[in-house]
Amino acid sequence: MNFSKRISPATDNPVDALVRFEDVKKSYDGINFVVKDLNLTVSRGEFLTMLGPSGSGKTTTLMMLGGFEQPTLGHILLDNRPVERLPPETRNIGFVFQNYALFPHMTVAENVAFPLRYRGITGIAARERVRQALGRVNLEALGDRRPAQLSGGQQQRVALARALVFEPSLVLMDEPLGALDKQLRERMQIEIKQLQTSLGITMVYVTHDQSEALTMSDRIAVFHDGRIQQLADPATLYNEPANRFVASFIGENNSLSCTLLAREGGLAVVRMADGTTLKAAGTNVSGTGTDMSISIRPENISLAGEGVRADLNRFIGKARDVFFLGDHMRLSIEAFGGQLVTARIPARQARHFASGADVVLECGISECRLLEV
Amino acid sequence: MAVADMDRINVFMAVRRAEKPARRAALSLALPLIVFLVVAFVAPILYLLVTAVGNPETRQVLPRTLGALETWDGVSVPDEPVYAALAADLKVAKDNSTAALLGKRLNYEISGMRSRVLAAARMVERLDTGPYKQKFLELNKDWGSPESWAIIKRNGTSLTPYYLLTALDLQQAPNGSVERVQGDQAIFLDVLARTLFVAGLVTLFTLILGYPVAYVLTIAPKAIAGIMMLMVLLPLWTSLLVRTTAWVVLLQSDGVINDVLMALHLTSDRLQLIFTRAGTVIAMTHIQLPFTILPIYSVMRSIPATQLRAARSLGAPPSSAFWRIYAPQTLPGVVAGCLMTFILSLGYYITPALVGGPRDQMVSNFISVYINRDLNWGLAAALGVVLLVVTLAIYLLFLRLVGADKIKLG
Repeated sequence: MNFSKRISPATDNPVDALVRFEDVKKSYDGINFVVKDLNLTVSRGEFLTMLGPSGSGKTTTLMMLGGFEQPTLGHILLDNRPVERLPPETRNIGFVFQNYALFPHMTVAENVAFPLRYRGITGIAARERVRQALGRVNLEALGDRRPAQLSGGQQQRVALARALVFEPSLVLMDEPLGALDKQLRERMQIEIKQLQTSLGITMVYVTHDQSEALTMSDRIAVFHDGRIQQLADPATLYNEPANRFVASFIGENNSLSCTLLAREGGLAVVRMADGTTLKAAGTNVSGTGTDMSISIRPENISLAGEGVRADLNRFIGKARDVFFLGDHMRLSIEAFGGQLVTARIPARQARHFASGADVVLECGISECRLLEV
Repeated sequence: MAVADMDRINVFMAVRRAEKPARRAALSLALPLIVFLVVAFVAPILYLLVTAVGNPETRQVLPRTLGALETWDGVSVPDEPVYAALAADLKVAKDNSTAALLGKRLNYEISGMRSRVLAAARMVERLDTGPYKQKFLELNKDWGSPESWAIIKRNGTSLTPYYLLTALDLQQAPNGSVERVQGDQAIFLDVLARTLFVAGLVTLFTLILGYPVAYVLTIAPKAIAGIMMLMVLLPLWTSLLVRTTAWVVLLQSDGVINDVLMALHLTSDRLQLIFTRAGTVIAMTHIQLPFTILPIYSVMRSIPATQLRAARSLGAPPSSAFWRIYAPQTLPGVVAGCLMTFILSLGYYITPALVGGPRDQMVSNFISVYINRDLNWGLAAALGVVLLVVTLAIYLLFLRLVGADKIKLG
């Protein structure tokens, strides 16, 4: 997938901003903050994902936006209007819950019609809206069923139709695909993304699944420890992680401790534990001295070719484990004085390694990123 | 084709043969309980059903009389052979001491019959030869009444509808037609209606008091919910008699409740609570509360918290979300809890007996009186049958109205 073509929407333009968190803090016990100093703007029409491990504060943030939790401090603006003290029913936000929360005592059509009665839409107009909403998720024929008679994927679609039927400007989703199997999940990701684009809705999506976040999002906010660690489009997040947490959370990464020696010509020169010097990108990192690390993605490490090139780092290691995985080969290499480095070698480059054999490896300087610990 | 069918049957038989030991083992594990149920539950109920329609007394004591009555026209005064047979039967009865039994049985249907039979039995002991008819009529002219003879003849059958009819305030006229009992004899329908009314009232009160408690139990923090649950269960672990006696103490005219009401100046006179229907309903409501709360609580616990949140996010204000989304989903628990309390309340005996007044006694109390005091097991059994039928009918009605899948007793 080509990430570089995706344009991140303007975020600082207040006209375009649909949601704004301003210095939002949330604590349940008055001592520990689950959300610390949150500042976040969601633009109109944007698909923003809050990604993070459990306990990182992403769900609490979503619940505050939905109106089920109140921020301890700070403001939440929806359409430039503070809403943090408004009850959920007045916010006009669609919400898709983790286990769908379909009403078991109502039919599918009654479930979807439920939000309409509170908006004064009844009778034929309501039936037409329900028909349309179920059509959008390809469930026209199942309006008379009960939720219990539907498969997991169908229930998910009903929940989606119910959250969209009253045409909210903002739809929130709390890990909506968590209960589905892998294949279905991947299909639903694409369908949700297509619905969001074609209807022009703003979506805020919570997940702990990074591939889901990368597939669907315009921008991703990586949460950890109650803070946003990085807010960026998927390509930037993957290629230019802001810190070690993001680097290790998104995709696979080798994180190797090192000492910063010097900065020269926009590059950093670092010394590894065994004395090898490498060059790395990431000069925006402010720290100096020993508490640094570089991160290298396994797919960016390759077997050294003929000749030495100025834009490549070259280093030596011992092969420990070798796995053949069809399209690629996975090498576990001991290098830099005992640190384990994982490399993904394309199958066409691969040759046989005996365990313990010396291997010469290289990687692009721009793909080695200097990070603070 | 036929061969294939035979093969299939052979395989089927082989499977059954192979599984036979396992089926036997499974059955043998359940056997102690099955035996216990048959002995302690099914057999007594069958005995009850039989007792409610059994009619052995007349057949046993007056076999000759009944034989002689076969040719009687049912209108005129019987002839000498009938009285001779009666005298012969009563002589045997006097020797076997069964005359009193017959007298008691016939007395249910003809008042004064008990003393008439006993007097006749004493008389025939002194007589050696007939004619008897004259002697009987001299002893009591009612021995010449065709109605009495008709009733004696009617009771020659081994089964009688008499007890069941009485339990429903009905009686069989001498000519055989069924009619309603008049005046102060008609008490049982009243008692049945009272029993249903009290049980219904208790069910309603336990629901009104218990539903919010069950809801708070599901949303309270674990530690508090644990203590609340203990308070709900604690009365259940105390003997029914102890709780009822406690209510007797509380409800006294100079008991705790009246003292508090007076101290708060809520009433100027002491309320009569003990020996009233109000007292009975209060005590029964307290005793039945856990039975209503527990099924509701177990259903409420299974409703995810996101249900209410989803309703709110879709635009429903809190009250609307509760009544349209939450309450309907608690219905299986509400029905189960109410059914349990209602059916248990129908059979209450001790509490109305101790806390209620004479006009608050329920069916069980009458059953007890007929068994212990009047020794009229037939009528007691018939009242039991009526109670059993009413209970089953209500249960089936509930099943029909809300569907078996909507009742969650677990």
